[in-house]
Amino acid sequence: MGELKLMKGNEALAEAAIRAGVDGYFGYPITPQSEVIEYLMAEKPHDRTGMVVLQAESEVAAINMLYGAGATGKKAMTSSSSPGISLMQEGLSYLAGAEIPCVVANIVRGGPGLGDIQPAQSDYFQSVKGGGHGDYRLPVLAPASVQEMSDFVPLSFDLAFKYRTPVLIVSDGLIGQMMEKVELFDTMPRLTDEEVTARYPWGTNGKPKGGERRIMTSLDLDPHKLEKHNFHLQDKYRTLEEDEVKYELIDCDDADYVIVAYGSSSRIAQKSIQLARKEGIKVGLLRPITLWPFPKKQINALIKQGVKGFLSVEMSAGQMVEDILLTVGDRTKVAHFGRYGGVIHSPEEVLEALKQKIIGG
Amino acid sequence: MSDIHTLSVQDIIKPENLVYEKTKLMTDKTLSYCPGCGHGTAHRLMMEAIEELGKENDTIGVAPVGCSVLAYEFMNVDMQEAAHGRAPAVATGIKRVWPNKLVFTYQGDGDLAAIGTGETIHACNRGEQIVMVFINNGIYGMTGGQMAPTTLPEMKTSTSPYGRDVNMMGNPLKMTELIAQLPGTHYVTRQAVHTPAAARKTKRAFKKAFQNQIDGKPGVSFVEVVSNCNSGWKMTPIDSNKWMEENMFPFYELGDIKVDGKLIEK
Repeated sequence: MGELKLMKGNEALAEAAIRAGVDGYFGYPITPQSEVIEYLMAEKPHDRTGMVVLQAESEVAAINMLYGAGATGKKAMTSSSSPGISLMQEGLSYLAGAEIPCVVANIVRGGPGLGDIQPAQSDYFQSVKGGGHGDYRLPVLAPASVQEMSDFVPLSFDLAFKYRTPVLIVSDGLIGQMMEKVELFDTMPRLTDEEVTARYPWGTNGKPKGGERRIMTSLDLDPHKLEKHNFHLQDKYRTLEEDEVKYELIDCDDADYVIVAYGSSSRIAQKSIQLARKEGIKVGLLRPITLWPFPKKQINALIKQGVKGFLSVEMSAGQMVEDILLTVGDRTKVAHFGRYGGVIHSPEEVLEALKQKIIGG
Repeated sequence: MSDIHTLSVQDIIKPENLVYEKTKLMTDKTLSYCPGCGHGTAHRLMMEAIEELGKENDTIGVAPVGCSVLAYEFMNVDMQEAAHGRAPAVATGIKRVWPNKLVFTYQGDGDLAAIGTGETIHACNRGEQIVMVFINNGIYGMTGGQMAPTTLPEMKTSTSPYGRDVNMMGNPLKMTELIAQLPGTHYVTRQAVHTPAAARKTKRAFKKAFQNQIDGKPGVSFVEVVSNCNSGWKMTPIDSNKWMEENMFPFYELGDIKVDGKLIEK
């Protein structure tokens, strides 16, 4: 059993970064995720593991510091909240194009624009459809507890380096701010410079003696070569869709109806399921853990199993519901329910929506 | 008569006749720069400096967006291509996790002094131990000759076709003087590469800048090179160098601005 602690989600994410052997964290404060950099600065991770923490002048600078550090084969990480993540989209596109591993956590708040500082899930489209310019996708992990805020940091780095891609952790202001018990994993030592050089020969950390220099770029002025590079990226995304889908099923074995929800919404939906079952309505929960790649196969399996309708519950005006619709088509009912702009729905509201939009609709 | 024809080029190219050669830190790729442009000279001088310091395996460069976007094709060291203006942030990321490596940025005026102003000032203000090379030709070359932050007053470009009207378009920005004021810069100099004498001075400046980084001197070493853009200025290479001397140098005065962390009294 690892060390048990009562922590905020943001603190658990920060502690996990130190323990996961991250080499550099570059960030910029924004509510509701400022505890991440505050915790890191207070912890003096350089003394603990040699990890560098730097407060950048902007989110734009921070994401480009990730580009520089990540392109050398080191583990680089940042975190922010919605408006800051929008500023990072240029950098994410370049990182995806140049195939640079790194981890970016988004503690989502209400939008659009400056919005507010309350929890929301309205950055789903931006997270799973690319976000910046060009044809690319990023693996997106959605923690639903403080425990997962910790666990998903090393998991994200595994994906980032396995596929040479930025990975997003998409959480929200609720999980970032709330306190829960968390079992911390043991500290993994940072790789030495020699280990980085040996393990990641693509890293631009100084031309090998007697070897060829490396170039890290997303530019190719020859359209045929760039198309070939895009083919390669799409192949990678297909592999991710095949091999890396993660989800959780709760009470789905006998379910007539399934709520699809991630992050905070999935926690609320668990209560809605209990309320429904008390009334004799058999409802289950499909919780996508990877928002991209999306658990399409699991939705198909649930339809085969006889599920008569899916309710997408999101703290947004209805974004993930489009991916459910793309999978389901007209085979069965699909609807969306959610409060947004920083308002959190109640379990009762969710159940009422299920009755009206799916069961009775 | 026959003696003249027996001496071929191959007879001259012999190791014992070699007095100067291209640094092996420049690749054999044909430069993409316009004939007459100063970029190629600046590239070569910088690479010679790195080679002479024996640091080819310990250097990571960051290329900009602009005419020198393809600098990584020509500089034979590990290179990263940054987004427009972000090279100082990228270099910060590299240097912070590889503090013993030499890290440099190579940027034009649009990159360093317009879109990347924030990154430039803050990297300089944090005192990152990097070398920043700033090629200032007063114009946006790659996109076809538009106005730069460093375009001189009354100077004609495709977006100031009647000359830069400072009341409407603002004044040229002396970024180098600006960052020299920051305690995070250690060495700040402005040079040129249009004559052999100027090129020799610039090479000394590059060497000093990289030596500062090797020695762990605190802060940025910043080398501006005032250069020509004969295509953008719509002049012959010779005329452009003359124009540069007559118009650019009085405004962008050559010489050291800050040495060993101390501003030079003028």
